[in-house]
Formats: sequence, C-alpha cells, structure tokens
Amino acid sequence: MEATLALEDGRIFRGRSFGAPGRRTGEVVFNTSMTGYQEILTDPSYCGQIVVMTYPLIGNCGVNDQDAESAAPRVEGLCVRESSQLHSNWRSRKDLPQYLRENRIPGVTEIDTRALTRHIRSQGAMRGALVSGTGTAEEAVRLARSAPLLGDLDLVGRVTCAAPYAWREGRDPAWLLGSGTAATLEKRRVVAYDFGIKQNILRHLVDLGCDVTVVPASWPAEDTLAMNPDGVFLSNGPGDPEAAGAAVDVVRSLMGKIPLFGICLGHQILGLALGGATFKLKFGHRGGNHPVRDQRSGKIAITAQNHGYAVDARSLPAAVEVTHVNLNDGTCEGFRHRDLPLFAVQYHPEAAPGPHDAGGLFRDFRDLMAEGEPSRDGEPERLPADDLGRLISDSKGRRREGGK
Amino acid sequence: MPRRDDLKSILILGSGPIVIGQACEFDYSGVQACKALRQEGYRVILANSNPATIMTDPEMADRTYIEPLVPEVLERIIAAERPDALLPTVGGQTALNLAVKLAQDGILERYGVELIGAKLRSMQVCEERHLFKEAMERIGLSVPHSAAVHSLQEAEEFAATCPFPLILRPSYTLGGAGGGIAYNIEEFREIVQQGLNLSISGEVLVEESLIGWKEFELEVMRDQADNVVIICSIENLDPMGIHTGDSITVAPAQTLTDREYQRLRDASLRIMREVGVETGGSNIQFAVNPDDGQVMIIEMNPRVSRSSALASKATGFPIAKIAAKLAVGYTLDEIPNDITRETPASFEPTIDYCVVKIPRFDFEKFPKTDRRLGTQMRSVGEAMAIGRTFKEALQKGLRSMEIGRAGLGADGGDNLTPAEVKEALAGGLPNRIFAIRQAMVAGMTVDALAEVTHYDRWFLANIEELVHLEGNLRAFALAEVPDDLLRRAKRWGFSDKQLAFLLNSREDAVRSERQKRGITPVYLRVDTCGAEFEAHTPYLYSSYEEEDECSPTQERKIMILGGGPNRIGQGIEFDYCCCQAAYALSERGFETIMVNCNPETVSTDYDTSDRLYFEPLTMEDVLNIVEREKPEGVIVQYGGQTPLKLAMGLHQAGVPILGTSPEMIDLAEDRQRFEKLLEDLDIPKPESGTARSYDEARVVAERIGYPVLVRPSYVLGGRAMAIVYDPETLEKYILIAAKAAADHPILIDRFLEDAFEVDVDAICDGSEILIAGIMQHIEEAGIHSGDSACVLPPYLIAEEHLQTIRDHTRRLALALEVKGLLNIQYAIKDDVVYVLEVNPRASRTVPFVSKATGLQVARLAARVMVGESLADLGVKATVLNGYFVKEAVFPFTRFSGDDPVLGPEMKSTGEVMGISDSFGGAFAKAQMSAGSPLPTEGNVFLSVNDNDKDSVVPIARGLLERGFRLVATGGTGEHLRRAGLDVEKVFKVNEGRPNIVDRIKNGEIAMMINTPLGRESYLDEQTLRQSAYTYGVPVITTLSGAAASVAGIKALQGEELVVRALQDCHKQKW
Repeated sequence: MEATLALEDGRIFRGRSFGAPGRRTGEVVFNTSMTGYQEILTDPSYCGQIVVMTYPLIGNCGVNDQDAESAAPRVEGLCVRESSQLHSNWRSRKDLPQYLRENRIPGVTEIDTRALTRHIRSQGAMRGALVSGTGTAEEAVRLARSAPLLGDLDLVGRVTCAAPYAWREGRDPAWLLGSGTAATLEKRRVVAYDFGIKQNILRHLVDLGCDVTVVPASWPAEDTLAMNPDGVFLSNGPGDPEAAGAAVDVVRSLMGKIPLFGICLGHQILGLALGGATFKLKFGHRGGNHPVRDQRSGKIAITAQNHGYAVDARSLPAAVEVTHVNLNDGTCEGFRHRDLPLFAVQYHPEAAPGPHDAGGLFRDFRDLMAEGEPSRDGEPERLPADDLGRLISDSKGRRREGGK
Repeated sequence: MPRRDDLKSILILGSGPIVIGQACEFDYSGVQACKALRQEGYRVILANSNPATIMTDPEMADRTYIEPLVPEVLERIIAAERPDALLPTVGGQTALNLAVKLAQDGILERYGVELIGAKLRSMQVCEERHLFKEAMERIGLSVPHSAAVHSLQEAEEFAATCPFPLILRPSYTLGGAGGGIAYNIEEFREIVQQGLNLSISGEVLVEESLIGWKEFELEVMRDQADNVVIICSIENLDPMGIHTGDSITVAPAQTLTDREYQRLRDASLRIMREVGVETGGSNIQFAVNPDDGQVMIIEMNPRVSRSSALASKATGFPIAKIAAKLAVGYTLDEIPNDITRETPASFEPTIDYCVVKIPRFDFEKFPKTDRRLGTQMRSVGEAMAIGRTFKEALQKGLRSMEIGRAGLGADGGDNLTPAEVKEALAGGLPNRIFAIRQAMVAGMTVDALAEVTHYDRWFLANIEELVHLEGNLRAFALAEVPDDLLRRAKRWGFSDKQLAFLLNSREDAVRSERQKRGITPVYLRVDTCGAEFEAHTPYLYSSYEEEDECSPTQERKIMILGGGPNRIGQGIEFDYCCCQAAYALSERGFETIMVNCNPETVSTDYDTSDRLYFEPLTMEDVLNIVEREKPEGVIVQYGGQTPLKLAMGLHQAGVPILGTSPEMIDLAEDRQRFEKLLEDLDIPKPESGTARSYDEARVVAERIGYPVLVRPSYVLGGRAMAIVYDPETLEKYILIAAKAAADHPILIDRFLEDAFEVDVDAICDGSEILIAGIMQHIEEAGIHSGDSACVLPPYLIAEEHLQTIRDHTRRLALALEVKGLLNIQYAIKDDVVYVLEVNPRASRTVPFVSKATGLQVARLAARVMVGESLADLGVKATVLNGYFVKEAVFPFTRFSGDDPVLGPEMKSTGEVMGISDSFGGAFAKAQMSAGSPLPTEGNVFLSVNDNDKDSVVPIARGLLERGFRLVATGGTGEHLRRAGLDVEKVFKVNEGRPNIVDRIKNGEIAMMINTPLGRESYLDEQTLRQSAYTYGVPVITTLSGAAASVAGIKALQGEELVVRALQDCHKQKW
C-alpha cells in the first residue's frame, strides 16, 4: 500500500505504508540516532510528533520486551528509508511493522529521508500528515495544514499518569558490565512529576536508593509537600513548555523548599518557574551524539537529546548559573541555582537510547538531597556507569501493576 | 588546552613497505599527521622506508628519512635531528613495535625524546596478551579463556585444559601473521612453533575459540582531558574466526539494539581509561554471542589502524589528523569539524547511509595455498562502497572489486558448481558471498545458510531480497520492465550490466532506457551528522534518491580516476600518482575531482582533491559522474590498469581524456600494431607472436624457439605470465591462461635468458621528452619488474647502451604522441637493446624515481597533460646524488604451501628504498628495510642449477673473503671444491640427517643462495625455501641478487651506517 507524508508547506514524500494504515498529523521532526528506534517510539516526549529516522535501515533488531520507555509507543507516525523485512536479534519478540500495527501507528517507508531531513533543517520543524492508501497530495497537504500547532495542545495531559503510583524497579545489572556489588544506601523518598516520564529515569533513581512515587503532572504542590519527600524530580515530556503553565506554578511553589532535579521538559518548566523564558528551536535536538560541556569541569559528555524548545540562557536570573552548554549551537543545556537546591539539564542523562556519559547527574541529585548542594568538588566523575554498577541495590522492587 | 609549546620538533614513524595487514591506510594516517602537525608549526621529521608513499614526499615533512625502520638506524636519525617527541601511533604495528623497542633500549631517554600519542605502558598492555587479559578482568570485562605460552610444552599443558578448536595468536605480529586455528593437536603444535618463531617476544596466546560469534569493532578517540568519543561502529559479516581484514564489514553495526551497542560503548570507555590511552584513536574488537548477547573483548589497538582508516572514510571524521592534534595537547572541543565547520570534533559522527567494505584477495598468485579464511589476514586490498541501504552498498562494493563481477551475481558470472558452493560456504572461502547467492537461487533458506556460514540472518535476508528481485526482473524485457521495478533495482544497487543480463539486453541499452525514464542517480554528501548540519565538503556518493546535493561548480575542472582496491601489481604507487595530479592541478588553479573506492588511500581523503566521489570505477559509475560534473578532462593514466581499461569506452562516449590518446594507449597494448610501429622505428624487440589456441601457440613457439615467455594480453602485474621451456608445458599453460583472459589472445615472446633489464620513466609533452630515470634491475630478465630490485643510477650498463635507451625512448614517445608519462622496459643481451614493453601511463616506479631524483615526475606530467610544455616547466633531468636501490617485499609467509620463488608473475606487495653513496650500501639498506637484512657472518648455504654453477664461483669466493663459511649440497659443493673453495657438505632433505632443513631450523644458516634447479617439480627445494622463510633466513634466488648481496655485505662490513634526509639528497627544491 502507498503512503504519503505531506508537509504543511506543500512538500510531498511518497513511499510505501508500513505499520498501521491510517491518517495522522503531527509535527514532523528528525532523530539522528542510529540505534534505539524502540526507545524513541515509546518516549512520551514524542507525543504529537511524526518522527523521521535519519538512519535509513530501521527495524533490524525487531522489538523486544525490555527496551520500551513507556507502556506504548507515543509517536504519531514513523518515517523511514527502509523498514527491515526481517528482524534479527536474540531478544526480539516481534517485528517493527507488527508492533506499529498493534499500536495503530502508521509508518511510511522507502521515502528519501535525507531529503526530508534537509528540508526540515532548512525550513524548520513543521506540521505534517501521514496518510496511507491512495489519495491526492493536495488532500494530504490540507490535512497537514489543518493540524493543531504543537503549542496549542495539552500533550502532557495526554501522556501523564492518572494517579500516583510507586516505582521500585532498577536497571537490570546484566547490562551494566558486571561488578555490581550491593551497596547500602540510605533510602531517599522522591516524588517524580510525570510530564511524560521515561522509565529509565525511574530505574536510575531506584538504583540510587530512591523510593519513587510518580505523580500526575497536575499533582498539587501542597500534596507533594505533604508527602514529605527528600527530593522532587521533574520529568521530560512532550510539547511546548509554555503550554504547561500549571506545572510551572506547582514547581514555583516547590522551589527552595525541596531539592529539585529536572530533565528536558522538567528543565524548561524549572527555567520558566525561575522567571526565565523558553523559545522554539528551528528543528530541535534529537539524537544521541550531542556534545555538552560541563562549564565547571570543562568535561564533555556525549548526550542523548530530544527537545524542540530551549531555555534562553539570557533570560535566567543572575542567581541561576548555566552549568551545561551545547557545543554545536551554544544553547543552554543545564543550569543550577546558586542558592536554592535545584538543578536541571535539557538532555537525557538516563539515555535509553543514547550514550551513558551523563549518568552521574542522578548521583548529583542524590547528593543534593543529602546535603542540599550538588557535590562538585574534587575529581570529576570518571566512571559513572561503573560506579553506578557498584551502587546497585539488591532490593530490586516490584513495579506497580497498571502503573502510569 | 591549547597546543603544547614545549615541543618544537616531532618524529613520526611510518609503517614501512606495504605488506598484508599494513597497507596504504598508514600512508593516509601518516600524511594526515604530517600535515596536521606542520600546520601547528611543529618541525616534523619523518622516517619511513617506503618510497611509494605520499608521506615520503619531501614537502610533507621538514626532514624525510627513507631509511630502514630498525632501532639502530632510528637512533642515528634521532641523534641527527634531536626531536622533542616521537609519535608512534600513525605507523601501524611496525611503528608501535619500534617505539616500544626504542623506549625499552633507553634510546628515547638518552636523547630526551618523549613518546606522545601512546605511552609505553599502554602499548605493552595491548600487545602482551597476559597484561591485556589482566587489565580487562580488572574492569569487569570478559576475555576468552586463554594462556600466554612461551614454549611448546606450556602450550600443550594449556591445550589439555580446553577443548579444540583453539586460536593461536603470536604477540607483536602484523595482521595475525603466524597465528591460526588448530582443530587438532598436530596442527596445534605446528602453529605454536611457527608463532613462537615469529613473535618478537617469543610469546603466543592460546585461546578458546569463539568461532561463530559475531564480531564488532568500535573506533574510539580520547583526549587528555579524558573526553572519549566513539567515531564508528563496524560489524563483520564474517563471524569470529575470520580475520577482520579478510571479512566483509559493514558500518555502522546493523544488528545491535541501542542497549547492546551502548554496552559496547561503555566497555570501550572503560578500556581506554584502564589501558591508559591518554590521547588519540584506538580500535577495540568485540565478540558477541548471537544466542544470548554475551560480550567478550578480543583485542585493542592503541593506535590508528586499518579500521580507523575505514572509519574515517565511512564517517568523514579524520581520525589520524585529530589523533595527531590530540597528541600535542588539544582537546576534542578545541578542534573544529572540517565538514560542518560550525560544530566541534567532540561529538560522535552519525551517518545516514550504509557502508560496506569488501576485502580483495589475490590467491590466484599463490595457487597451492589453502584458501580457507582464518585468523591470519591474507587479503591484499579492499574496496568500500556507500549506499543508502545495505543492499545498495553491498552491490556497489562487489562491482568495485574488479574481479569481473558487476555486483552480487546475476551478471553471467555465476558458475560455481553445487559442490563448489558447498565448499565455499562451509570452508569460508573468499568467494563465499557469491556462493551464498547461488545457494539461495538453488533454494537454500536463510536459516540453513545462517547455520553453515554464521552470517547474521539480517544480512542473509537482505541478500535474499536481492535474489527475489532478480527473479522479478527476469520476467521482463527491457522495454517492458515497469518503472517502479527498475527504480527499485537501481535503489538496491543493481548495475546496468546486471540489469542487461537479467533483462536480456545490453549495458548501453539499459543505460539509455533508464535515462529515458529519468531513473538517474543523485549524489549525496558524507557529512558526519546525518544531514543535521550543512556539509561544506563535497565528499559524495551516488544513490537513487530524490534530491541531489553535488552542486557542481562552473570552475575549470579535471577529473582523476583512481586505482580501486589494492592488489598485487596495483597499489599505493598509483595512488601516489593520483594524489600528485590533484596537488599539481589544484596549484594550477583547476578544480580537481577524484573518483576512487579504496578506503585505505590518501586519494580518498576529502581534502586531497576539491571534490571526492567515493564510487566504483566502472563505466556506468564514472559516466554518471562525468555527466553530472562535465569536467574539462579526465586523467586515466595515473590509476593503473583500472582507469586505463575504461579509457577507450569513455573516449567513445565522448568524454575528453587528457594526455596520451586512448588510441595510442591501445596501440601500445596491441601486439601487432605495436610490432609494426617498432619495425617502422627500427627498434628491436624479442621475437614474438600471438596465439588464440594451443596449435597456434605451438607454431609460434617453434618459430621463435624455446624458452618462451607467455602471457595473456591486458594483464596486470604479470598475472598468469610464465616462462615455458617445452610444448607440453605450453599446452598446459594455454588451458589455464585461456580462462584467465577469455577475451584476449595469448602473447608469446622469446625469453631473453640472462639479459639485463632496464626500466625507464619519462615525461613527454608531444615534442620534448624528459627522461626522469633509467633503472637497472638487479635480478635478470624473467623476474617480473615489480618483483625485481632495481637501482638508480644503473651501475653495470655501458654508456653506449644508455644512449641507445635514451634515443629509443625519445623516438617511441614521439611516435606514440605521448602527453604525460611513459614507462618502457628494455632488456640488454649480447649488446643488443630490446624493447620489452611500452606503457604510455604512470608506472609503478614513478614514486621511486621521484624520491631518488627529486623530480616531481607525476606532478610535472599532470601539468603537461593540461597543456603546459616541458619548456614552460623549465625542468631538466637531475644528476643523482648517491645510489638508490628499490627492493620488493613479499607475502610468502602467509601463503604456506606456495613456493617462495621469483618469476615472471608479480608476487610482491610492497617496496622499500635504500640510499647510500655506494651501490653495496644502498642494497644492504634496502635489504634491511625489506626485513631480510644481509648477514655479516655465519654460514651461507649454496645450491644452484647447472647453468649457474660457473657463475656462482666468484660469488662464493667473495663470501669466503668476507669471512663466511660455505655450506652446500652435493652438486654445487663439488663444483665449488673443484674451483678450490672450502665448502662443507650438507645433506639434502631426503639424503639423511641432520639435513639442510635441520640446519636452518637450528639457526645455523645465515643466508641461502638457491637458484631453482628444475622446471617443474622441485619439492625438495620448495620445502627448503619455505623453511628459510619461516625461520627468517634471507633467501636469494638469482645469481645477480647474490652478487649484489656480496656487494652489500662488503658495505655493511666496511662502511659506517649513515642516514641522510631526502631534503639533503636533492639539489632541486621541491
């Protein structure tokens, strides 16, 4: 069956349908990771978006039971150059087209994804419509133009959990290259605001001895304070941070009272709560190869990123220090408050998919909870993955049934 | 941190001659390092024995030493130049081993030279297997169960604890030389013994076998601020057990999930830190169990490697250049990414295409060798292809190989019998990929193939898709094939040739039909970033996509066609010429466009030419580029036979060929027309004839008299060339050679026994001629010119003959209307100068001549090709300052079973140059560089054929005078004793014990002079020569070589070892 991707500016890409048949609209964005399509599909931050994989061969390893970042894929559609006819990996349970069909996600394959990427790079991320079956290009373009703008949608509301739940599962030590001796860590209680949280963030927190309670995006600040946590985590999530106004107010009420750590949308919300501004990047940062420099140590981490908006560093108050900078375009990738116990990064230290260079930030959060200040003295973290491996607790908890 | 100011001068070590396992990739890395460090203002001193390299061009470094890469010579260079630092990481294992030796011997400390780029400890950890194993275990990583052994007994003790098969790897050897897989105790003992002999530390690692596991490589870089990045992941199609150099490989890894890939990445970071690679690039090899994902670390190279060259070309990230900058103190974030310009080098390239590398083998030259691939690398070159899909890249790669295939089969060349298919699949033969296709056509399933080949099912499924598409295509005639099917075939890499075969048509018809329907390729950029940023570098590959990115300019442009994959007979020398053309024409204001598919080379570096097309060198692919770029001219005479074979077709298609016209090139190759030309010019050549059948051949041979030299026309490196002494052998030859060159007749020449051979390289502008060099071969006629040592200036040729040679050369050049380079081979016998061969193109000796004379031969000729005259250029032949000897280097140790003897078919892989004031001194240095240094004392074993018995007497006498003792078998010994020489008798192999082989194995023979005794079967001698090779005893198989050796020994005994920079050899400014 044919499938068409139409962009709102009239550009058309015709290919073949794979996955579910259907008509879906969304913001068309590209991701440059060469691995990790399963994690990308299931990252709730992609809600409202049609994802283009720049790597042309997708689906080679099928889909497995371990690598999902949320209960179901969240993308509106998937565009690839070649969907693999056969999946080959010892963990694979089903092939990608079947997985997409089961989750009613349409895909288009055999399109010139490089041309599409270059188009988005030069014209900016824009709305598009993915339409399977035969139909006119004009129709598809009209559909793209009729799609709501990302900023007008309450995407967080779509992906956040309905009620609080506890999370107890850590990362599987089998993947941490051995040497995971049980460490006795003082338990910390963390409330994690779910704006579209990736599960690997929760696993990281558990590995550091946190008892995590995940709460809906709209969870009132006073309820959080009443839970008396040691720290509050602000998750990643989809859409325009300006559209998450209520969450900004909640976060503002928590600032200074409890140590805060934000990732991605959590970083942007914290930036807004501090009085800063966010802006939309032309085509965003989505991939696993973005160099970020820690301004204090000078160390560079290769990071996983997925964001279309950024915090304007100039808009932040003087008490906020920009701690991390993207070396490709100089945008703000992280900040901390000089006086208040809070910090945030725009990128994804939990990776999944992507490199593990920045995993040490979770320990910074733990330290912040312990001392009210991130420990940054002495040697920079040399072996985050290794250290974390040693810190793995043997009290691997059980994931709450029916969570999210 | 900025560059280090405490360093002023840096010594870079090259990798020496091209050998299997160490080829052009180290010229590429060395050139990048030289350029990068000079840009930074350092004084660069370069040592490399290989004159064919671009890095040894005197303008690449401040001081260039083409000298033997041995500690005593390097010490002299260090003493003369007093460098502050030594960069050992861009010259392969050779440079690393040398650096270890220089450090261990205290030479570096004595002269205050700092090792940069890799520290002694990291080098030791990576090479000494037990240290590596301990290091990996310390950081929680698994390595295969293994033991380092230093004796056969220790080895057998380990073997008793571990099931066969076992993998054996000697420490400190190249490309797994001397290693192997032992399936039983007998093989085990044999390989252990060989490995112990070859390892410089006398250590062999015995290891459990992971045969059938998947093999991956990661290319890693680290800076001194401990920033680590992965440049590229590579997946081998061939499983563990087949050397990665002999495997088809793919970048990036295709069958790993992110979780699995990140685990390898995490391991790589830990390994870099544990091994202590402070700065630079490394290569780490992993084995992954396909059933459960278990990971084992196989090895690490703390230096740039063949894989890093591949990774550089595959991603556009220049690893060697960045490694050099990191070595002098920069951090990754301080170095810009040349391609995007805006982003720094501290990132991980991401690619939006698939890269396939395919090894090129030359087993045809070693017919008696077992072809099954194993842990010892035996490929002699490689091609790389870029496509948007694996299918496209694989097919482009296969048609780049120049093995007569137009892709993955479906080209009329699928002629394996079912038995051959079975053998290729099970035995891991080099043609396995074609066997897989044929097996599929015959109905074998992906699962069944996965079981026997251990290829991942994903790759096999892709091949199966190609096979299915073939089937669909076959149902149509060209005019009827639907557009979408035709387009799909092109998107999956089918060449027009394959389509012509499948659609029962002709290649040109497919081409025009395709163009009529608008199915033409676009050119996409290699940009390091998956199109996230704009690429400023026109590094391009073709694909059948929608949007073209090549944006050709309106400049005056010249296209240079490169040489494709290296093979014996066509290697780095031609890449040297292509690069020189690019440099020269760039300087003259032309835009230069390079087309090549060899990832090892300097020519495929994106900054060698203005524009780089990484494409197969086939008519279809070249015409496509020409149509897009519309160059003012195309240079076909620099890349060896590869572009030359295209010359006529391109010319007929209306492509402007620069320099000598294709008609004249063709004339020089066409026996009859060429003979007519020589007759007209009254220039003698050996009597000859052409035959298309045995009967014709016999008549010709009888007319001109045996022995005769026979060969197929249009061959490279003496492929299938033989000296034939009788009609029976002739008949046998015709049967085999007819297969070697089906379209071309057999050429038969009178063989000039005992003649001197001479090679001439010259430049002609159509009216004037410049003779750049007259080289005398040291081995007599009958030895392929590429295998013969040669010397500049000629040392034993009378002036009158030199005059004749100059005169013939001039007249031939003018008659052939040569514009550009010309190479002529002559033979002198009984005071007659015969022309053997005229090649109106760049020859293998151009770089050697350039280095010896100081004349930029290839550059000057390139300028002539674009219209400048020799008078305009104002150059004259130079007077040589000293003697320059070129010696060939052979891969015999890797082709056991084959006779290591020289003949008319070229077998050498590389060359070295020795420079000295005396011929003997230069020859001795060349031998030292070639890895078979002449002895200065001990026993010399002599065994020569009857023809040589008289001539060997003065050589033997010379050896006695130099203090050697002589050892000989019956006949030769008797003859020498009759001449009054003192000779010890030794048994032949079948005469009793201890025989000569025992003596060799006991280390009692310092050198062997052995000219082949018989014509056909000399098993006894073959064993002898093989033992000598295995035990590192220099073997000389010609008397002229023996005489030169005596001169060399005399120089070694009498002269002080002097080193001299190239910049001091030439009066002419480079």
